[in-house]
Amino acid sequence: MSVAPVEVEQPEQDEQLRTEKPWVTIVWNDPVNLMSYVAFVFQKHFGYPKERATELMLDVHQKGKAVVSNGTREEMERDVEAMHSYGLWATMQHDD
Amino acid sequence: MVAQFRKARKGGVSVTFGHAETRILRHILGEMLELFGPEETPSDDPLAAALGIGTSTTAPTDPALARLFPDGYTDDPEASADFRRYTETGLRDAKRAAARTALESIGEPGERHVLDLEQAQAWLRALNDTRLVLGQRLGVTENLEELIASLDEDDPRLGMLWVYDRLTFLQETLVRALW
Repeated sequence: MSVAPVEVEQPEQDEQLRTEKPWVTIVWNDPVNLMSYVAFVFQKHFGYPKERATELMLDVHQKGKAVVSNGTREEMERDVEAMHSYGLWATMQHDD
Repeated sequence: MVAQFRKARKGGVSVTFGHAETRILRHILGEMLELFGPEETPSDDPLAAALGIGTSTTAPTDPALARLFPDGYTDDPEASADFRRYTETGLRDAKRAAARTALESIGEPGERHVLDLEQAQAWLRALNDTRLVLGQRLGVTENLEELIASLDEDDPRLGMLWVYDRLTFLQETLVRALW
C-alpha cells in the first residue's frame, strides 16, 4: 500500500450539483392561466411554501418563464407531465 | 353568471348555479368532452395498453389541443415525440375524466350543493382546460378588456368572451375556496 498522498480531484460543488441534477423544468407564461391558479399549482405539486410559489409565479408572469424544479431526467418528465395535467405550459431541458 | 365557489363548512366547496349558467356549463363541458374524443381503443400490445402508451408522436393539429398537450422538451423534437407517446394518452384520459366529473356534478339549477375535494379538483382542472381552449380559439391576450374594446359590436366572439370572462371569475373563486 502506498503511503504517498493520492491526488483525488474534487469536483467543484456546483459541478457536483450539475451532474446530480442536470435537468430543469421550465414553466412559460401564457395569457390564460390565472396567477392565483399557477401559484396554487406550484404549492400543491412541488410542496413549496406559499411565498416561494408566489415568487415563482411572478417570475413566470413578469419574465416570461421560470425554472420551477431540477433533478434527474425521469424526475423532470414527471414534473412536466404533472404541469401539463394542470394545463400549465411546461417544458424540460438539460441545464448546461 | 354570478355563481361562485365557497369553502364548505364541513369540507369541500359549495356552489349554486342558476338556470342559465347550468345550461351554458353543460353545453361547454359537453363540447370539451367532444374535443377530447372517445377513449383510444386499447393497443394490441398488452404492455403498451397497460402502461397507457399511445401512438401519437406529434403535437395535435388543432391549436387548442396543441396548447393542452404541448411538447415536453424545450428544444428536442425527438425526445418530445417519445415523451408524447408515453404521456398524451394518460393526460387526455385525465382531462376527459375531469370534464366528465364536472359535467356530472353541476347539480340542479338554483340548488346549493357541496362538492368533495376530489370533485373540486376536477372542476379546477376542467375550468382551466376550458379556458385554455376558449382562450386559444378567441385569441385571448393578457389584456382582455383591450381585446374586447377592439372588437366590432357585431363580432361573434364577444358573446364567447363574456362566457370566458365568467369562467375566469368562477375559477378564481374556486382557487380561493381551495387554498
